[in-house]
Amino acid sequence: MLYDIFIDPFVQMYDMPDFFLQVLWEGFVAGILYALIALGFVLIFKASGVFNFAQGIMVVFAGLTLVGLNENGVPAYLALALTIAAMGILAYGVERVVMRPLVNQPDIILLMATIGLTYFLIGFGEFVFGGEPKQMITEELGLPTGSTAFEFGERGLVILQHIDIAAAVIAVLMVAALGIFFNKTRIGRALRAVADDHQAALSVGISLNQIWAIVWFAAGLVALATGIMWGARSDVSFALEIVAFKALPVLILGGFTSIPGAIVGGLIIGFGEKIGELYWGGLVGGGIESWLAYIIALIFLLFRPQGLFGERIIERV
Amino acid sequence: MFYREAGQFKTSYKADQALMPILQDRVGLLVILAVAFVVIPVFANDFFLTSIMIPFLVFSLAAIGLNVLTGFCGQLSLGTGAFMGVGAYAAYKLTSIFPDANVILMVLLSGVFSAAIGAVFGLPSLRIKGLYLAVTTLAAQFFLEWCFIRIPWLYNYNASGAIEIPHREAFGVVVSGAEATPIVRYFIVLGITALIAYLMANVLRGRIGRSWMMIRDMDIAAELMGIRPLQTKLMAFAVSSYICGVAGAMMVFFWLNAAEPSSYSISLSFQILFMVILGGLGSLSGAFMGAAFIWILPVFLKFIPGTIGINVAAETVEHITFMVVGALIIFFLIVEPHGFARLWQIAKQKLRVWPFPY
Amino acid sequence: MKSIKQIALGTAVALGVGFSGLATTVAQAEDANYVPLLTYRTGPFAASGIHIANGMHDYLKMLNERDGGIGGVKLELEECETGYNAQKGVECYEATKGKGALVYNPYSTGITLQLIPKAGVDKIPVLSMGYGLSAAADGSVFPWVFNVPDTYWDGASVVIKYIGEQEGGLDNLKGKKIGYIFLDAGYGREPIPLLEQLAEKYGFELLQYPVGVKEMQNQSSQWLNVRRDRPDYMVMWGWGAMNPTAIKEAVKIRFPMDKFIGVWWSAGDDDAAAGGEGAKGYKAMNFSGVGSDFPALDDIKKHVVDAGLSSTDASSIGGTLYNRGVLNSVIIAEGIRTAQELTGKKVITGEDMRMGLEALNLDEARLKELGLAGFAHPMKVTCEDHAGSHPVFIQEWDGKQWRQASGWIEPMTDIVRPLLEAAAAEYAEKNAPWPVRTEPCPN
Repeated sequence: MLYDIFIDPFVQMYDMPDFFLQVLWEGFVAGILYALIALGFVLIFKASGVFNFAQGIMVVFAGLTLVGLNENGVPAYLALALTIAAMGILAYGVERVVMRPLVNQPDIILLMATIGLTYFLIGFGEFVFGGEPKQMITEELGLPTGSTAFEFGERGLVILQHIDIAAAVIAVLMVAALGIFFNKTRIGRALRAVADDHQAALSVGISLNQIWAIVWFAAGLVALATGIMWGARSDVSFALEIVAFKALPVLILGGFTSIPGAIVGGLIIGFGEKIGELYWGGLVGGGIESWLAYIIALIFLLFRPQGLFGERIIERV
Repeated sequence: MFYREAGQFKTSYKADQALMPILQDRVGLLVILAVAFVVIPVFANDFFLTSIMIPFLVFSLAAIGLNVLTGFCGQLSLGTGAFMGVGAYAAYKLTSIFPDANVILMVLLSGVFSAAIGAVFGLPSLRIKGLYLAVTTLAAQFFLEWCFIRIPWLYNYNASGAIEIPHREAFGVVVSGAEATPIVRYFIVLGITALIAYLMANVLRGRIGRSWMMIRDMDIAAELMGIRPLQTKLMAFAVSSYICGVAGAMMVFFWLNAAEPSSYSISLSFQILFMVILGGLGSLSGAFMGAAFIWILPVFLKFIPGTIGINVAAETVEHITFMVVGALIIFFLIVEPHGFARLWQIAKQKLRVWPFPY
Repeated sequence: MKSIKQIALGTAVALGVGFSGLATTVAQAEDANYVPLLTYRTGPFAASGIHIANGMHDYLKMLNERDGGIGGVKLELEECETGYNAQKGVECYEATKGKGALVYNPYSTGITLQLIPKAGVDKIPVLSMGYGLSAAADGSVFPWVFNVPDTYWDGASVVIKYIGEQEGGLDNLKGKKIGYIFLDAGYGREPIPLLEQLAEKYGFELLQYPVGVKEMQNQSSQWLNVRRDRPDYMVMWGWGAMNPTAIKEAVKIRFPMDKFIGVWWSAGDDDAAAGGEGAKGYKAMNFSGVGSDFPALDDIKKHVVDAGLSSTDASSIGGTLYNRGVLNSVIIAEGIRTAQELTGKKVITGEDMRMGLEALNLDEARLKELGLAGFAHPMKVTCEDHAGSHPVFIQEWDGKQWRQASGWIEPMTDIVRPLLEAAAAEYAEKNAPWPVRTEPCPN
């Protein structure tokens, strides 16, 4: 038993290095995708203190809009542009209808409002596009679809999907773009000011409403990118929404307010759960992936309650 | 005018500290109980009992359970569904181990198991707070769900992986299984819910309830005043999980008759959380109002178009239900973030001064 | 009734029970047979559910339009959305049973399990066509439950038999590895006992890869495991969004698709199409016709779809799952027709329907008459065997559409049946006191 837990997995890793590499790669890709979802959460939480539960459904919604438009004869790139516009409208609508009247409410109320938004978007999305899953228009968007296999040793084989590589590249570009946006532009600085202190930001003439709409829009763009990538891996359907729960342990690992935290957290969870599932999962019947991420995050939290990159929580009486 | 307490004098401390010091409240409660125990059984049909009243009561009880934790002790939990599941599986195991025991007793006993598990998962609450805690309770949710699937002992090695409620009798009446009549089930569920609600109403205004509220309002201050945070929080987790566990057991024994692990999934947790928030955090009557809103509204939306003759496709109704429920949740949060309980208080105030509001 | 009175005695409630009893006997429609359809066009399993729902609805609607119903009596159809959710399923059941429902098709193993004990009490049969509790095929224990034409155990034995054929005989399975990837719910777990028994008998190794409902679209771990274990064959019991994802992942790890066989619920056109070119060669079991080349389907197109009476997209007629829905409705319709013949009544009740289903005899001549020659294997239900027919064929995806890849394969009844009876007896024992069958046998 002890051998199975402490030694055998490592022996396996050594015996089949190609497989181990493949596991690491899958973990990396999964981690990137979790990180992308988490990124959407972080953007909104940073600027408005709202834990946006609707990020998962926004991913589905963005993907569905894109594919749905394309199915109705809109060319792929135009559909992409229209989807971006739709996310903009959604962001404005959310800010105007949901966020603005709820300003200054406790966290839990804002959380509930986003869950309400989730319900609304599920109904609305199915109402408009129907409940059947759609295939992502990967090729039409000019994304690669093939795969490359690397021979490795005697019968070793590591298969890299081009779409996964693209996902990684897009994620990196996206984080870089966000970084530049936050640090170098006027709006970006305003965003950081709002994140630091709402009232101080207001007093120097930053419009909270405008900033929030922008942040929701940015989160919408991240959701669109995530939707395309997840959609290309499986399908665009409402079942995808459940995957978004995986972003929550990523968030608590990385901290609610840190963009690098979301990336690092995503990778830790991605690697952790794949390695855990493949090398240790068999001992308890498999399927531990569904909760392993949470347990990792939970144990981690016991030692560092504010997450990896989170700001230290200081409580005053 | 309608709700005046003027002229109701208390002549003893006992009367002053009664659960319902105001006459109108007592009358109102009696009316509600009379409706619940007499009018509904007399006039309701099977559909109303099994699809509206029983689920409503089960959910109300679960909402009371979550309210103890979230509303009174301030610990946000997303693991309610799993704790209800623990109750259900525990009750199922208990009845299969002791086939001759009274099912109602077993259901009440099953809560003890979920209380224990709830307390274990409540341990991190000492260090982790707020939304972070909410996410860690998700660990409980997913881990327990996995257990319901992967530990075949829990469902007696049924090939289907589901628990099926056996036929049981108590007091000479069939109380569970397919033959149990809706009326019998309704009375059991109503009885248990009313009993626990009554007990909780008393616990919450006593020493224990007040210590929970101190922790909720400011835990450091409470600690300084001699409240032990660990015991108090764990007790809140245990009591809350006990109530949720009983509700979960009732859900499968007296309502669904069979349950798969997916019956106790994360969406159930959210459903209960909705009820608590919309009903009003920290209010027992709010739990009932929230449950009524979240459960009964979709049922009505689903069946009303058909009964009034509008022919809408089943899936369109479902989509619209989602949209309406979502929009109403946002609407109520905007209009009254403190829930129906607060609306009711405002209404009472209006009634008190009517017709001369100034 | 006795039990109600005991509680009511001595209380004011006693009076009320009579009233509520009155209220529940909702007047049955005089001139129509009421068939509720529990469907799901929303939720995570909508992908598969929509086609089934369309097929079920369209065929019965077509009978209404073309023939004015069955036996001169119109069918009153009502869809109730369950979302594959057991709570909503029970809600739909309670809401519709009072209207004189003839039969229930839950299309979810979870909901089926909840309805099985109720069926006998409310006297409404449950028709779980090719899903639900395998043991329910034992009509002597489950008189109210029908799973024509196949149980999951039949299906599992056919898969193994087919694999055996591919390998040149069942004895050659010794030492082979067969992977089983399944939806980790009642549905996917149902065949495991049989597969384990067969593994023991034929000496192959059964590797299990459960896919959680939450993980349906995130199966990379399961398929990495497959890659490591290198099973010789993969068998899939998937549903909804799980199917296309699994096929994509299989393509991704370059698993040989002709050694990948799905159950009849993993046989949707969208499911296979998701794998693109790479999915060519993917196989699935099936028991309902392939393609739209049947007179009855033309009638559906003419009377229902083109007439705008359905939400079906004309191009999806003839898809595997659509045809499955149609076959389901054929069984309902033939059950009603048989019941009408047996009882001489036009408007029948759930009890009559049970008789009708039990006497169901859908032979080739009758299928031809219905315009469905070759659409299904002839099925004949008996009082002992509620699964009726059994043979299943294998179909193969050629990159564009399904085509039949084998003849009808008989399941290993000699192994399945005893296991089935044992399971039925066990179910009855666990749910004691399970009612002993008193219903008369119509044939």
